[in-house]
Amino acid sequence: MPLWRAAWLSFTLVGTLALSGCGQQSTLDPHSEPARQIETLWWVMLVGSVIAFGGACYLLVIAWRRPERTGLPVVGDSPRAIEATVAVFGIAIPVVALIALFVYSNVSVIQATEPPAPEETAMTIEVTGSQWWWQVRYPGTPAITANEIHIPVNTRVNIVTEAEDVIHSFWIPQLNRKVDSLPGKPNRVEIFADEPGRYLGSCAEFCGVQHAQMDVAVYADTPERFRAWLDNQARPRPTPPTPLARKGEQVFLSKQCASCHTIRGTSARGEVGPDLTHLKSRETLGALTIPNRKGYLAGWVIDPQTMKEGTKMPALDITGPELQALVEYLERLR
Amino acid sequence: MTTAEYRAQEGTVDPGRLAERARPQIVERGLPRRPGGWLQWLTTTDHKKIGILYLVATFMFFVVGGVEALMMRLQLGAAQNTIMDGTTYNGLVSLHGTTMIFLFVVPVLAGFGNYLVPLMIGARDMAFPRLNALSFWLFVFGGIVFYMSLFFTPPEAGWTSYTPLSDDAFLPSGGVDAWIFLVHLTGLSSLLGAINFVATIHNMRAKGMGLGRIPLFVWTILVYSYLLIIALPSIAAAATMLLTDRHFGTAFFDPTAGGDPLLWQHLFWFFGHPEVYIMILPAFGIISEVLPVFARKPIFGYKAIAGATAAIAFYALLVWAHHMFTTPTATVVLAFFMLSSFVVAIPTGIKIFNWLATLWRGTIVFRTPLYFAAALPALFVIGGISGVQLAVFPVDWQLHDTYFVVAHLHYVLFGGSVFGIFAGLYYWFPKMTGRLLSEGIGKLSFWVMFVGFNLTFLVQHSAGLSGMPRRIYWYPEDAGWEAFNLISTIGSFMLGIGVMITLVNVGLSLRKGKRAGNDPWKGNTLEWFTQSPPPENNFDVIPRVRSVEPMKDIRREILEREGRPAGSVAQPMASRAS
Repeated sequence: MPLWRAAWLSFTLVGTLALSGCGQQSTLDPHSEPARQIETLWWVMLVGSVIAFGGACYLLVIAWRRPERTGLPVVGDSPRAIEATVAVFGIAIPVVALIALFVYSNVSVIQATEPPAPEETAMTIEVTGSQWWWQVRYPGTPAITANEIHIPVNTRVNIVTEAEDVIHSFWIPQLNRKVDSLPGKPNRVEIFADEPGRYLGSCAEFCGVQHAQMDVAVYADTPERFRAWLDNQARPRPTPPTPLARKGEQVFLSKQCASCHTIRGTSARGEVGPDLTHLKSRETLGALTIPNRKGYLAGWVIDPQTMKEGTKMPALDITGPELQALVEYLERLR
Repeated sequence: MTTAEYRAQEGTVDPGRLAERARPQIVERGLPRRPGGWLQWLTTTDHKKIGILYLVATFMFFVVGGVEALMMRLQLGAAQNTIMDGTTYNGLVSLHGTTMIFLFVVPVLAGFGNYLVPLMIGARDMAFPRLNALSFWLFVFGGIVFYMSLFFTPPEAGWTSYTPLSDDAFLPSGGVDAWIFLVHLTGLSSLLGAINFVATIHNMRAKGMGLGRIPLFVWTILVYSYLLIIALPSIAAAATMLLTDRHFGTAFFDPTAGGDPLLWQHLFWFFGHPEVYIMILPAFGIISEVLPVFARKPIFGYKAIAGATAAIAFYALLVWAHHMFTTPTATVVLAFFMLSSFVVAIPTGIKIFNWLATLWRGTIVFRTPLYFAAALPALFVIGGISGVQLAVFPVDWQLHDTYFVVAHLHYVLFGGSVFGIFAGLYYWFPKMTGRLLSEGIGKLSFWVMFVGFNLTFLVQHSAGLSGMPRRIYWYPEDAGWEAFNLISTIGSFMLGIGVMITLVNVGLSLRKGKRAGNDPWKGNTLEWFTQSPPPENNFDVIPRVRSVEPMKDIRREILEREGRPAGSVAQPMASRAS
């Protein structure tokens, strides 16, 4: 009967795909202990699930194809035996399996995944979700950045997350579980990376037009590189080195830019949009929407809506030379 | 026989005396004149006409919701696709979810219930026929009000309308208001309908039909009704609070003024999770009717299935916060909701076993309704197992709000509810129209739907495990999700074609289908006792019910009268060709 063959074929096909196609945000390619614990739990459950599903399908296939068959396989034909089998496989085994699963998750896995007490971890980072980007603060330092979180490798980091407007959800699948970012209710999660690299995440709670492009990246660096990065982020903006860049700063401060953005070391103190003090130290713009390169940056400044539909940044009314100076200035914010 | 005569006999006739007359005799007399033509459909209070109105209207919404789904799949078929923008996609997300839940699955089951409950329990109509008509028209106007938003701005907050996103500060346009009015109108419709079902089932059963003898479909409709009555007030209150938040300056859900957005989630899911069982239990009821008829043996464990239905409904009210595992929640609360969600799996497993045991060693008659009914347990097991996986909160912390959940909910609601609804359509279409649906086209439709469905949704588990969030209109090329999505899109169009084949089947068979006769399947329940389609008063004589399978008793009596051995009833009605 092609029904079962088709079902089985698609089932195995998916199994293969799930195993092979991991991608950069896969929950099955963990890089921290909590994520690994959850992954193991998932595989355990998958094995149990395949057995349960296979058993049900096996009985269905026999019932469908061999109605003349007397009795259950192994168990035989007596009604008492059949009733007992149904009781064992339908009630007893599921109850035992579910209790085991309950204990396993609540005793073992939760130990690993529970958010740590703030004093237990080496450092805390505050991540605030807004439509549609993430603000990243390093308490104890003036460093503020956006969308790209740097952490030292092999270090437990306590993330405290909140939302500015609607509900978002902070999630780096390879590093740990997701937690919702709620307005006015801080939520915590530990992240940890066991090797240097770039770990991607997405906003996981539907938050409006650009829910799709509200990504976040975690860069796990060696402690020295991380320290250097953080020291640089904590400093005010580098002084514009060229006359054109100095003109660009004037453009920035005189146009509406400064009402939404902060550049530390200048009079720009806006708090609506991302802190731009070290804009050029980031790899992307618009919550990982476009690369942070000159052409994209210029395009973003004059027409952000085309680059990212719905973004809260308005288009700037700006002349060609002003744009050139402004981009030169922003390009120097390393 | 005159009206007075059969009235006098009503309820006193036993199958033996019925058999003397050998066949039901139905005469319409003494009925008031009704308007003819299309006007009768607008003014009718006949439960059968209302049932058909429900079915036609809900299937129209089903097609609309399906087209919305296909448009979304088209956009997601390729990475960085630009067929539509985010606003349009989010509108489609909201329209699709709301349509399928509030305008298709819940009311289509009300449609089957309307048509069949009075027939199955041997009543002449629902307890409150005018209320019944009101229910239907409230539902229709709910749908119309909702879809009118297409002419200004469709809602963009999803079918769950989470606050604060659905507050006026973030979505000031009228789309969310249209959604609120849809919830109110269809909610009122369902509530009145539920009260009507409860009154009908408790009070209007044929003589001899105790609660332990009502058909399982009727039993599930009874449980469906109680669940609606318990769950609907919660969403009605929440939607009203959202309305006043949006327009009259209250701040129930506004965190900037001391409100709590999580309150919305609690109120919503206190309705939203029972809603899942509201949508699945009557589908279980349908296949509990179909399987024994086509296996030509009694349902295995009637009481166990009935009890499991009630148990599922009870636990359905205790699991709502498993939708909120990623919010800041105490571990003990997580553990409670994990455990209560696990408990649901037990009665559900019992049902699956009972259905398998019903088919076991049956004399199986391979007709289209059975195909859909037998696919349901297999598909529902996948949805049920992934449900258990999601109930384990550490796993849910990873998979919540990803495509894994999308796959899970579609296995439950499409693999479960919709396959059950299609089984019901193929099973009862002959009763409703007097004509059989084409078997060849029906089986073709089944296979295309079955393969298309699995192609669409199995890979979505993998997409979710690979980190793809729900409700995104766009994903980058390097995310590694494109293969999954392309397969899913191809599958979804196959599924769409499969559904269209059945609709064509309905269209063709309405005119050209084989005459069904009163009882084409040798059914077990009383709707097969009357003509196809039944006359307005359903039955001239309502037989006394002596078992859960009254039609078997009646057929046996008839055969015994005709001098044939009772055993011959159990003969298969068709050759075992599949």
